[in-house]
Amino acid sequence: MGADQLLQYLLSGVTTGSIYAIVGIGFNIVYSATGIINFAQGEFLMLGGMIAISLAPVLPLPLAIAAAVLATGLVGVLVQLVFISWLKNPAVLRMIVITIGLSILIREASLHVWDEKVRALPFFSGDETSSIAVLGARISPQILWILGISAVLVAGLTLFLRYTLLGRAMRACASNTTAARLCGIRTSSLVTFSFFLAAAMGALAGCAVSPMTQTQYDMGTSLAVKGFTCAVLGGLGSSTAAVAAGLLVGVLEAASISILPLAYKDVVSLGILLAILFFRPEGLFARRAAGVPGRAG
Amino acid sequence: MRPTLARYIPFVVLVGLVVAAQTALSALKLEFYLTQLTMAAYYTLVALGLCLLMGYAGQVSLGHAGFFAIGGYTSAVLTTVNLAATGAAAGAGAAAGGVAGAAGAGALIGLLSRLGILVTGTDAYGGQTLTVLPWAAFAAALLVTAVVAVLVGIPVLRLRGHYLAMATLAFGVIVARVAVGTRIFGEADGISDVPAFRLFAGLAISGKKALRVQNYYIAWAMVAAGFLLLINLIGSRAGRALRAIHGNEAAASAMGVDVPRHKLAAFLLSALYAAVGGACLVHFNGGIGPGEASVMKSVRYVALVAVGGMGSAGGTLAVSTLLTFLSLRGAFGQLDDAVFGAILVAIMLFAPDGVFAPVGGWILRLLRGRRGARGAAR
Amino acid sequence: MNEASRTLLAVSGLHHWFGGLHVIDGVEFSCRQGIVKAIIGPNGAGKTTLLNLIAGSLRPRTGSIAFDGHPIAGIPPHQVAARGISRTFQATRLFPRMSVLENVMVGSHVRGRQGFFAGLIGPAATGREERRIRRDCMAVLDELGIADLAARDAVSLPFGRQRVVEFARALASQPRLLLLDEPACGLNPKETEEIGGLIADIRARGITVLIVEHDMSLVMGISDEVVVLSYGRKIAEGTPSEVQANHEVVSVYLGASDA
Repeated sequence: MGADQLLQYLLSGVTTGSIYAIVGIGFNIVYSATGIINFAQGEFLMLGGMIAISLAPVLPLPLAIAAAVLATGLVGVLVQLVFISWLKNPAVLRMIVITIGLSILIREASLHVWDEKVRALPFFSGDETSSIAVLGARISPQILWILGISAVLVAGLTLFLRYTLLGRAMRACASNTTAARLCGIRTSSLVTFSFFLAAAMGALAGCAVSPMTQTQYDMGTSLAVKGFTCAVLGGLGSSTAAVAAGLLVGVLEAASISILPLAYKDVVSLGILLAILFFRPEGLFARRAAGVPGRAG
Repeated sequence: MRPTLARYIPFVVLVGLVVAAQTALSALKLEFYLTQLTMAAYYTLVALGLCLLMGYAGQVSLGHAGFFAIGGYTSAVLTTVNLAATGAAAGAGAAAGGVAGAAGAGALIGLLSRLGILVTGTDAYGGQTLTVLPWAAFAAALLVTAVVAVLVGIPVLRLRGHYLAMATLAFGVIVARVAVGTRIFGEADGISDVPAFRLFAGLAISGKKALRVQNYYIAWAMVAAGFLLLINLIGSRAGRALRAIHGNEAAASAMGVDVPRHKLAAFLLSALYAAVGGACLVHFNGGIGPGEASVMKSVRYVALVAVGGMGSAGGTLAVSTLLTFLSLRGAFGQLDDAVFGAILVAIMLFAPDGVFAPVGGWILRLLRGRRGARGAAR
Repeated sequence: MNEASRTLLAVSGLHHWFGGLHVIDGVEFSCRQGIVKAIIGPNGAGKTTLLNLIAGSLRPRTGSIAFDGHPIAGIPPHQVAARGISRTFQATRLFPRMSVLENVMVGSHVRGRQGFFAGLIGPAATGREERRIRRDCMAVLDELGIADLAARDAVSLPFGRQRVVEFARALASQPRLLLLDEPACGLNPKETEEIGGLIADIRARGITVLIVEHDMSLVMGISDEVVVLSYGRKIAEGTPSEVQANHEVVSVYLGASDA
């Protein structure tokens, strides 16, 4: 494999990997706040893309994307308020099944609103033929957009969690809900906000990849599984680790095309997921042993 | 004595309904409904197996369609792949191990032929065909499923909660991807022209219209048998152990229950139920496609078990038959998947013990004639 | 050797830690057959951990536990149960969605043999064993005076009754050693007294009892011997009156009063 090809795989892997990482971070945000794995996380990327695509003809692209992000965020809020907030201490199995059902409903609703055609947002700069030279390879500028947006999202989130009052409140709520409540933090509002955040981030990522990977009503499930892989690989609850995990998964997946038939590409990430679950469910970077999902408080 | 006999009442009711339905439909000249009812039966077998695993043993599986597909595809491949085609066998053998491989493949075919499990025939072009006897293919399907279930089950069942759910989901998706991406499985088109499965005494699992009534009874006899076995198991020492595991694993273990072994046994049994459903339906339908392994299918089975009441084999059976039949008849039209999704969400939100829970508890109390038990378990 | 003074359980050099916390620090004691032995100590002394180590739900880092001469440290709980050791839990862990009788029948799991295969076949294969188990379990319920609750949903019973059901479930396996984890926890004085009577009955039947308990009246009233733990170490062992008079024990409970 020549250096050119290697670079190609690397870039391709890093690009898709960063998207997987965003999905994984979305899982982490909700999991940290609620202990729930929201299987519908992948659908937020799809929704963001679809809504932006519908708005693109009437609004300038940046506005369309902003509106899509906001709208999807609100969908996340709606999901949490209507389906999750009023359940008292639901069993894990029950929550899993509910969020799966929700992902199906969102997907089917999209199918009826937008039909099964594959769509795409216009390229953020240039078009599908433009290319930029990077390290000797020619890549689409959209790749830089994707990487850039992902980096900004991750950095923004980290800064937010560390330095803002709201962010710190979220971390407190994640670490020990009862104690947080005793300190006067409105945990229920924070939970709603975390759904908003996870959905909005997903929507933005969905818009960023749309020009390259296209948007289709059923793209959510596969993204959800891969995003969950990243979340677990990095250790549930740790957003920065999810980034590293995402890049790893993305690159491995991209590299696998040289060995496996294309149809088996998904099997790679699934295999990684199973391997991690079997041998180190607490993730590559965690220090404690896990096995049963749970947080303090 | 009374509690032991009373639990067979649902079985008797089932048999009665099966016979009554067929009689009525034949009398009303509505026999074409029997086809969908037959298909619904095989899908219900899967739901029954899943009910044992999820409802009684308490282990979630989001990939059970995978076992249905493994059973179905194994049977389909073995009964359709033409071993006589010199290209196929020798080529496969040669690819695997050169001249020795090609010779080995030939020897294997010779052995299978001597065992009497190969069937000769002619294809559309008058050429010789050599395929595996459906009985042998069926046995192979069960064997393959059992091996996969054990290999997957041992590591997977150590997981709990989200991790278990995702691992089973991943398993299901892997099966689906392999089905759709492999040439021998027909890729996106699946496998067709699967022959009939001759059983005994002139009975055969086949989609021929003339054999419709026969196939209806074959399918429902299997469901009835599966139901009976389940009723027996639930009321036995092993069944109690499973329910104890579902209730509290640590306490069950302290009482002497070998938890990993019981979980694996339940997983294996439920996988076999699914495989039987798949391996039989493939002969009834004459084919199988990769959609049978899809996540959506797995989720449907979960929905059926959830609606019927996690811990109720009878409830699952009733709900599965009804909803699957309606779905097959196209009653939900374009909204098929959406309906199952909505049902799943609604049930889990408002009636997590299934629709029959309040009614069932009341009936049970009536049957037992006691007034003591106030309120169903939570 | 006198049957009654045979050592049934011998714990020696036992160490266990969680992360950096050394919860069991070189505990050593033995328990003769046929007696009631209590393990007491202030909160955090490691009493329940000790019980869990004996019962097999935890594997000790070092040390040995011998039951009737055979080593059992680190073997899984279901094998410990098969050897004749049964236990109750501090917070009752009755099985939901199962009746009282069914709960107790699970308790006698080790006394049955039929597995999945026989279970599928049904009464033809399992009938006799099922009837025997059902009969024996009803007898246990009868002895404990709760036979009328047999068909009741176990977790819907009032707390005190649930405790008795847990006892029945633990006795159904006909154990030789019964581990009780704070059986009086959450009970009022009258109920505690009943538990004491129950334990005395159990001892009269020849079952050895190892009980972790906070309630001093129960401990001192019913135990033949007492072991006192503090911060994972054994600080005293002997008859109830010997232990009560031990200065270190008193100070550990009441707080050392430095002159």
